[in-house]
Amino acid sequence: MGIGAYLVVSTLLFAIGAFGFLARRNAILMLICIELMLNAVNLSLVAFNAFQPGGSLNGAVFSLMVMAIAAAEATVGLALVIAIIRTRQTAEVDEYDDLKE
Amino acid sequence: MQREPPTLDITGVLFVVLAIGVLGGGIAVVTLRNIIHSAVAMMVCFGSLAGMYVLLGAPIVAAAQVLIYLGAISVLILFAIMLTQAGDANLPAPFHQQGPFALGIAIVISALVGWAALSTDWRLAAEAVAVNLEALATALFDEYALPFEIISLLLLAAIIGAIFLARRPEEDERAN
Repeated sequence: MGIGAYLVVSTLLFAIGAFGFLARRNAILMLICIELMLNAVNLSLVAFNAFQPGGSLNGAVFSLMVMAIAAAEATVGLALVIAIIRTRQTAEVDEYDDLKE
Repeated sequence: MQREPPTLDITGVLFVVLAIGVLGGGIAVVTLRNIIHSAVAMMVCFGSLAGMYVLLGAPIVAAAQVLIYLGAISVLILFAIMLTQAGDANLPAPFHQQGPFALGIAIVISALVGWAALSTDWRLAAEAVAVNLEALATALFDEYALPFEIISLLLLAAIIGAIFLARRPEEDERAN
């Protein structure tokens, strides 16, 4: 398989994640969609790393760093979501409208 | 895109199966009504991605994917769902009113990026080259030593921040 096939899968996964982030109402599902988008970028990083001829390892190192950042992001994001859900008793983001009123 | 070889090799079959796992899992994540089902579909998607990393000759990245995403983040998300969802008796509508608009944005993103990715002459090798594990370890602890240490600090800050944020407010009042 050439790099084009991997890039197409990566692009489609990113678009799916972007759609879910914009369209879904559940706060936890929005975080899952952010993880999908980060994974899509990781796939393209690893694919470029595998197909580039020089033997440089930047792509693999970057993907490992992105995974560590994603873990930190998921931890803090889920803690925030749990705190919000505890005070508002709902996970639907369009009901968080205090500032609008 | 590269032209398909006339003889169907095992890598191509594996790639198609894994791509179906990744994209099918992703679509299931954003369309399923019950969020627990979405989380399980997310695990399918991440597992297929780990297989794809093995296919790309980066088994160390695949191992990190299994450990971090399948092991840690999935369990974290399942725990968060368990702590917050009351029950699946009456599930609310899954999509905003802006759903069609979001679908349009997703189609535009995939069309633009896909066109850019496929029409560019990348001047890359035709076959994937496996990652040299020893070289990767050396790079991680030599060239990238400073980012590596900064990430350890970031993870510590994230852990402390998460504990502070998710703490119950009653404990605060009891301390005062």
